[in-house]
Amino acid sequence: MKINERSYDAVIIGGGGSGMRTAMEISKNGKSVAVISKVFPTRSHTVSAQGGITAALGNMDEDNWHWHMYDTVKGSDYLGDQDAIEYMCKAGPEVVYELEHMGLPFSRNDQGKIYQRPFGGQSKNFGKQGQATRTSAAADRTGHALLHTLYQQNVKLKTQFYSEWFAIDLIKSVTGSIAGVIAICIEIGELLYIRSKVVILATGGAGQIYKSTTNALINSGDGIGMSLRMGIPMQDMEMWQFHPTGIAGSGVLVTEGCRGEGGYLLNVNGERFMERYAPNAKDLASRDVVARSMSLEIRNGLGCGRNKDHVFLKLDHLGSDLIKQRLPGIRDLAMTFAGVDPIKTPIPVIPTCHYMMGGIPTNRFGQVISIQNNGNESILEGLYAVGECACVSVHGANRLGGNSLLDLVVFGRAAGLHVLEEINNISNPVVSPEDIEYGLNRYLRWENNKNGEAFHNIKSEMQDIMQNDFGVFRTGKFMEEGFKKIAKLRDRLKEAVLPDKSKIFNTSRIEALELDNLMGVATTTAMSALSRTESRGAHSREDYTERDDKNWIKHSLCFEDDKIAYREVNMQPLTVEKFPPIKRTY
Amino acid sequence: MQDYEINPDNFSGVMLLDALIYIKNEQDASLCFRRSCGEGVCGSDGMNINGKNGLACITPLNSLSNHVTIRPLPGMPIIRDLIVDLTNFYKQYEKAKPFLQNSKPIPAKERLQSPKSRSKLDGLYECILCACCTSSCPSYWWNPEKFMGPAALLQSARFILDSRDDSTLNRLENMNDSYSMFRCRSIMNCVDVCPKGLNPTQAIGNIRSKLIKNNF
Repeated sequence: MKINERSYDAVIIGGGGSGMRTAMEISKNGKSVAVISKVFPTRSHTVSAQGGITAALGNMDEDNWHWHMYDTVKGSDYLGDQDAIEYMCKAGPEVVYELEHMGLPFSRNDQGKIYQRPFGGQSKNFGKQGQATRTSAAADRTGHALLHTLYQQNVKLKTQFYSEWFAIDLIKSVTGSIAGVIAICIEIGELLYIRSKVVILATGGAGQIYKSTTNALINSGDGIGMSLRMGIPMQDMEMWQFHPTGIAGSGVLVTEGCRGEGGYLLNVNGERFMERYAPNAKDLASRDVVARSMSLEIRNGLGCGRNKDHVFLKLDHLGSDLIKQRLPGIRDLAMTFAGVDPIKTPIPVIPTCHYMMGGIPTNRFGQVISIQNNGNESILEGLYAVGECACVSVHGANRLGGNSLLDLVVFGRAAGLHVLEEINNISNPVVSPEDIEYGLNRYLRWENNKNGEAFHNIKSEMQDIMQNDFGVFRTGKFMEEGFKKIAKLRDRLKEAVLPDKSKIFNTSRIEALELDNLMGVATTTAMSALSRTESRGAHSREDYTERDDKNWIKHSLCFEDDKIAYREVNMQPLTVEKFPPIKRTY
Repeated sequence: MQDYEINPDNFSGVMLLDALIYIKNEQDASLCFRRSCGEGVCGSDGMNINGKNGLACITPLNSLSNHVTIRPLPGMPIIRDLIVDLTNFYKQYEKAKPFLQNSKPIPAKERLQSPKSRSKLDGLYECILCACCTSSCPSYWWNPEKFMGPAALLQSARFILDSRDDSTLNRLENMNDSYSMFRCRSIMNCVDVCPKGLNPTQAIGNIRSKLIKNNF
């Protein structure tokens, strides 16, 4: 099969926050860059982020990046790499000011500075002086404001977008470096080899492995799938964040900013139950803690509603003015998806799959780390990963609210800068026809499979299994069975059929290609979860209820063939003292 | 036109988008439409629902008649089924130069902006580029190449009214012809259909009076 070819210095896969921040950096320095995005960039899932971006600006109250670092390390349940966390927290104020200079319409405080609100897991003076106020916001639409601002900057810089193109697989050069990607134009079905010296994966999350998720339908872990097929192991895939407040039924996100502004959770008795679980931080404890507490309340028969299957988020005491000014989007969503106006009535909420802490292992420059057969680590030449698909790891076992938008811009920028440093030293990669053929395999499999089941049932079965066996609480027995079921589904998927093989804007074809990627995410999640015999952060086991620092301060790695390996957590920050693990209470 | 018959009890979800996904999965895999966030923020699934543009993901099925007629957004070239070609729509958006322009040196921290100045952006910055407004606008149907359309003009207003932007005169001059903005006839279809409750007609009026006051 002969396909056309185009050439760039750098190709970025994904037009969300991290991809566009990387693109800006490369574009403005005159290197040729193409951004491949399966949706028009402003439709990327960054748009759904609500509450804000965390950085120690100190606009509302005294603050310090070092305190932010402490909170993030503690929030990660000591699975985060402290060098990367230091780098992110220190860079925080600068990247937020940059966004402001780009025009992001932040809300303002009375002095005209960027408005900040309290978020979960934030403290002053290393946990000693109560709640910090650290999350910069544009009302409750910060992700929308951020994504549009970054897109606008790329319009200004005339970045080349391949909008509504889908990346199928990475291409390796004869030396083993990454040398571009095979992509398909969704509109006309044309295949193209986009050759480049470096590829930056910025493909976002993969929450579609769960039945109930705040994630968009496009969040299918395409970068995870492509990397696994290149032999790269995924790191810490057992760590999935369940956001405490998804709207019961639809799973639509309700920002933690609601609790930051003073909202709180109630059980069926009207009790503010978080006071029992987290006496100090209460409703602003870390997300894993709040989600577990809610699940326990529901389990103990204290849930609300006819089926006692949710709790309430109460906001009415904040008053109509504050809700309209600070949480207007939440009010709209609550009225649309729960049929309640939070000015008068509490919102029914339930912990919902929200964020993948794990992903493609990278260093703090975004370079992807590969593990050789002898277990040694090396940098995979020509490949970077940024944003949710990457595991730097700054979130460890549990991400703090507002740290994900920060992650996008800090590491999007860092990767861009690193690419610029390196790009002149990289010669044009040599690619063999076999390498290109490899990149077409998956496309051809879907094209050629004729007699089998349609694929969409496999997706919904996968989502059920992940929801039931790999949710907020996990046990070995169910996970073992769950993994076996997932492995069977994986086999069925290889034989499944694409019912519509037309060329023009065939969204079924894209869904089929996405499902291959989701399956990689689901299997690595299942295997990593099964293998980690402790409870840490978001990974909460009923058969191993305690954190086991002696054996488990290490990153899980899971390969495409289900093999598990481990690598050290970097406990050594860049310039400050390390934060040794202590018991995590809020 | 193609007919599908469905029973809402057979699938979970209560929105029109859930019904379309059900049809695609169970009845007709070839039915194509754009969709992503499912909560009215990404702007992918704009379509014409019983004669009025809206987003399928935030249109409850129980707000619709038993017989629902769905068409692609009007006034735009159709690629397939409910998917239209938005190239010209995006071109007009870019014509608004939708990025902050400020010629002063960049300060060490944020540029200050009072809450009052910032509130002028409310009702403008929230646009999700779903194209419901522009594709409902008769002036745009007539002159899609020359009239920027309500979505792009809303963006113009968003930057003209931003106290941090100092390119207002250039922006106004850029629209000072008989088509770019002045083709707006205040028909207000844009206001009627905007799923985010925004008011492009008002924004256009605002720029229009600024332009006239500046005596171009």
